[in-house]
Amino acid sequence: MNLQKETKAPGGQPAKRKSMNAMVLRRMKNNKMAMAGLFILTFIMLVAIFGPLIAPYSATKTDLLHTYSLPSLQHPFGTDELGRDIMSRLIIGSRASLAIGLISMAGASVIGIMLGSLCGYFGGKVDTVIMRFMDIFQALPPLILAIAICAALGPGLNNCILAITISNIPSFVRMTRASVLNIRRMEYLEAATAINCSTSRIIAKHILPNALSPLIVQLTMGVATAIISASAMSFIGLGVQPPNPEWGAMLSAGRGYIRNYPHMVTFSGTMIMITVLSLNMLGDGLRDALDPKLKD
Amino acid sequence: MSEGKMKTGDLLLSVRDLKVVYTSAGATVEAVNGVSLDIKRGESLGLVGETGAGKTTIAKAIIGVLPDPPAKILNGEIILQDSDLLKLPEKEMRKVRGKKISMIFQDPMTALNPLLTVGDQIAEVVSLHESVSKKEAMNKAMEMLEMVGIPADRYAEFPHQFSGGMKQRVVIAIALACNPELLLADEPTTALDVTIQAQVMEMISVLQKKLNTSMLLITHDLGVVAESCDNVAVIYAGEIVEYASKEDLFLDPAHPYTLGLFGSLPSLTGDVDRLTPIPGLPPDPENLPDGCSFHPRCRYAAEECKHGSVPFKEVSPDHFVHCHMCHCEKEV
Amino acid sequence: MKKFIGKRILMMIPVLLGVTFLIFSIMTFTPGDPAAIILGAEATPEAIQELREKMGLNLPFLSRFFDYIKGIVTRFDFGTSYINGRNVKDEILMRFGYTFRVALLSMLFALGFGIPLGITAAVNRNTWKDTVSMTIALIGISMPTFWFGQMLSIVFALKLGLFPASGIGGIRFYILPCLAVSMMGIAAMARQTRSSMLEVIRSDYITTARAKGQEERKIIYKHTLRNALIPVVTQAGATFGILLGGTLVAETVFSIPGLGSYMVTSINSRDYPAIQGSVIFIAAVFGVVMLLVDILYTVIDPRIRAEFSKGGK
Repeated sequence: MNLQKETKAPGGQPAKRKSMNAMVLRRMKNNKMAMAGLFILTFIMLVAIFGPLIAPYSATKTDLLHTYSLPSLQHPFGTDELGRDIMSRLIIGSRASLAIGLISMAGASVIGIMLGSLCGYFGGKVDTVIMRFMDIFQALPPLILAIAICAALGPGLNNCILAITISNIPSFVRMTRASVLNIRRMEYLEAATAINCSTSRIIAKHILPNALSPLIVQLTMGVATAIISASAMSFIGLGVQPPNPEWGAMLSAGRGYIRNYPHMVTFSGTMIMITVLSLNMLGDGLRDALDPKLKD
Repeated sequence: MSEGKMKTGDLLLSVRDLKVVYTSAGATVEAVNGVSLDIKRGESLGLVGETGAGKTTIAKAIIGVLPDPPAKILNGEIILQDSDLLKLPEKEMRKVRGKKISMIFQDPMTALNPLLTVGDQIAEVVSLHESVSKKEAMNKAMEMLEMVGIPADRYAEFPHQFSGGMKQRVVIAIALACNPELLLADEPTTALDVTIQAQVMEMISVLQKKLNTSMLLITHDLGVVAESCDNVAVIYAGEIVEYASKEDLFLDPAHPYTLGLFGSLPSLTGDVDRLTPIPGLPPDPENLPDGCSFHPRCRYAAEECKHGSVPFKEVSPDHFVHCHMCHCEKEV
Repeated sequence: MKKFIGKRILMMIPVLLGVTFLIFSIMTFTPGDPAAIILGAEATPEAIQELREKMGLNLPFLSRFFDYIKGIVTRFDFGTSYINGRNVKDEILMRFGYTFRVALLSMLFALGFGIPLGITAAVNRNTWKDTVSMTIALIGISMPTFWFGQMLSIVFALKLGLFPASGIGGIRFYILPCLAVSMMGIAAMARQTRSSMLEVIRSDYITTARAKGQEERKIIYKHTLRNALIPVVTQAGATFGILLGGTLVAETVFSIPGLGSYMVTSINSRDYPAIQGSVIFIAAVFGVVMLLVDILYTVIDPRIRAEFSKGGK
C-alpha cells in the first residue's frame, strides 16, 4: 500500500534499514510484557553480577545452630539444613544458573551457526555429513542427551555447560542452514538479473537481518530452557556440586523436608520460574517485534 | 459526490458512497473514498485501476469478507435487490455469499485448501446453499468440473496436483456452482501465464454469458477490459474518476488519468520512440492530497483542483467524469 | 504406504546405530576404570587387571562396540550392571512401563488440553480468553517440572491429602506426576496451536471459504485447524521429548520406580552399562515416536503423502 515509501530514490536504502530497526525497537517498547521481562531479567543479572557484594551472609558457611529456620527478619527466606541463609544462596546461585544459560547458548549458537553456514554454503557431502550427525544428536530428547554427556564426563558446572551446549547445537545448525540456503537462492536471482556487486552488500543489509531474527529469538528462549535443564541436572546430582549453591540443587536438598519446611523448596523454585518467565516474556516480545508480517 | 448514475429497470447491485478505511499501528489508510457504482443484470462492469487503488477492497466489501479489524466500513450502502447488504445480519449474509454473489480471487495458487480434494471444495459450496444430498452435491461438482474443462474423474485430486491455470478454473467452478447473480472477479488472470490468461478469460466470459451472471471484473489490464466488459469504471486513490461504457472510454477518454493510462500503452500500429507514463507516483493512502487526488500528477491541474470537492460531470449520456477540467475544455 | 513406513524404519537404523556409537564412545572414554570402581579402593592392581580381562575391557574399542551391537540385536542384551551384576535389560523392561505410562498420559493431557486451549486463544484473539490462555501457557513453559511436582505434592498430597505423594499403584498414583509433567506440554502445545492457527487464518483459502458462505465454526475446524495441525504435529514430537525428560526427573520427585530413577541411581553409582542401556533404549522409543509423527504427516497432508509414495495416486 505504501508505494511511496518503498520506491524512494537510491539514497533511501539506509533510511529503510534504520526505520526497520526503529520499528522493531518501537514495537518492543510498546510491548508491556516484553519490557517487564527485560526489567526483571536486568534486575536478576545485576543481582548475579554484584552477588558477592550484596549477599548478607556467606552462601557456603554453615551454621549448625540455626538450621531449618523459617523466614524471618534476619533470614528473609529462612535457612537450610546446614543453617545457611537461603537468600544468600539464592543470590550466589543466580550466578551459576545465568552462567550456564548464557555460556551454553553462546557456545551452541556460535558452533551451530558455523556448522549451519558450512552446510548451506558448501552443500553436497559436507551438508550430508553434518546433517547426519545432527540427526544422531537429535535422536535423543535434549535433556537426556545432556544428562548422558554429563554422566560420562562427571558432575560439575563446566561439564554441565558443555553438555547443554552440545545438546543445543543441532537446532542452531538447522536454523542457520535454512537461512543460508534462502540467501543463496536470492543471490542466484540477483546474479541472473546482472546487477553489479554492490548489490551483494544490499543483500547483506536486508537478508541477514531477517536471518538473524529467528536466531535471536531462539537464543533468548534457549537461555530459558538451558536454565531449566541446568537446574534439572543439578536436581538429580549432576551439574553444580555441593556446597556451591544452585537453584536446582537447593530444590533437591530440600526434598526430604517439604513436609515440615516447605520454604526450603518454594523460594529456589520460584527464582527459577521468575528468571525463566522473564526470558520467555522477552523472547515472545522479540519474536513479535521482529515479525515482518505482524499487523498490530 | 455521486450524481447522475445510470438508471435502468433491471438493476442488480447498487453501491452508494462506500467509504472503507484500514487502521493499523495507529495509521489510517483511506482505501475507498466515496465510491458509487451500479451493475445491471447480465452486465459486465470493469473496474480498472492500479494496485492499491482500492479495487479489491470494494469487491471484498460487496461480498462481505473484509477483515474487521483492520478494515472498517465507515459509510455507504450496498443494495442488492432492495436489501442493504451492509445492514444484513451475518446469518443472512452467509446465504448471499456463494449463492447470490460469489468471488474469484487473484492468486489461484493459494486460493484452494491444500488438504481437501478439488471436488469436495466445489461440492462444499453446493451443499451450503442447496438442500441436496451429498451424492447430488458431488454430481453437481463433477458437472462444474466438466464445465470448466477439467475431466470429472479428477474430482478426488488435490490442488497441488493441478497447474495454476487449472487451479483457477477450479476456483471459477466453485464461484459459479450455485449460479450466482453477481460474480466478482478480482484480477482472475493476473497471476497466470500469458497464454493461459486468454483461455481463462474466454471461459469466464462464455460462462458468464451462458448463465446470464453479472460480473464486476477487476483488472489493471485495459486489453482485458476491451475483450470482456460492457461498461468500465476507472478508479484512482479510492475514488471513481471516470465511468462510461467501454466504447465511450476507449474512443473518448475524458479524465486525465484515463488519458494517461492509454498514453502509457505501447501501440501495435504507431511507431513510438518512448512510452509516456504518468509522471509521479500514486499518493500515499495514509495522506491523500486535498481536493482532487490526482492533481499533483495532472498536467491540466488548475487552482480549483487543489482544494474542495470535485464534481461529477456528464461528458456525454452515461459517460461521467470526476474532474474539474472536463475534456471538452482542454487541448493537448 | 507400507513402502514408506518400511523406508522410514530403514532410515531409522543408521541413526540408532549412530546414537549407540555415540553413547558407547562417551561412556568408554570417561575417566576412571570400571574394574577399579567395581572392586573398590582396596583392590590390587592384579585383581583389577584380571577383572578387566574378564570384562573384555582390554579389547580394542571397535570390537567391543561390535560385540555390544551384536548383543543388542541378537539377544536384546544390554550388558550387565557393574553394580549388581544383573542383566540391564531386565531392569529396563521392568521399569520402562511406569515411565511410559506417565509420559504417555502426560502427552494425552498435553494434546487434550493444550490444543483446545490454543484454538480458543486463536479464535478469540486479543480478548480475555486469549490473554488468560496465553498467560497460563507462558507460566507453564517457565515452571520447572520437578518444582511444580514438588508444589503439587505439598499442596495436594501433604496438606490436603487428596493424592499419594509417592509410589505407584492405581490411577491415583499417576495423577500428580502426570499433572506435573504435562504442564510444560500443555503450554507448548497451546502456544504452537495458537500461532499456527493465526498463521493459517490469514491464508487466502480461508477467505475463499468465507466467500462461499461457510459458517465460522466449520471454517475454524474444517479449514483452519486441519491446515494448522502440521506444525502442531511437529511440535507434538518435540513436546514428547520434553515430556520424556520431565518424566525422568519427576520420577525422582514422586519416587516412581521407572527408567528415570534407574538412570539417576546408575549415574550416581557409575553403573555405565545401565546408563548406556537406558539411554539407547530411550533413543529407540523416541525414534519410534518420531516415526509415528512422520506417518501422521502423511495422513494429514496429501502433499507429503505424494512425496513419499512412488509417483502415483
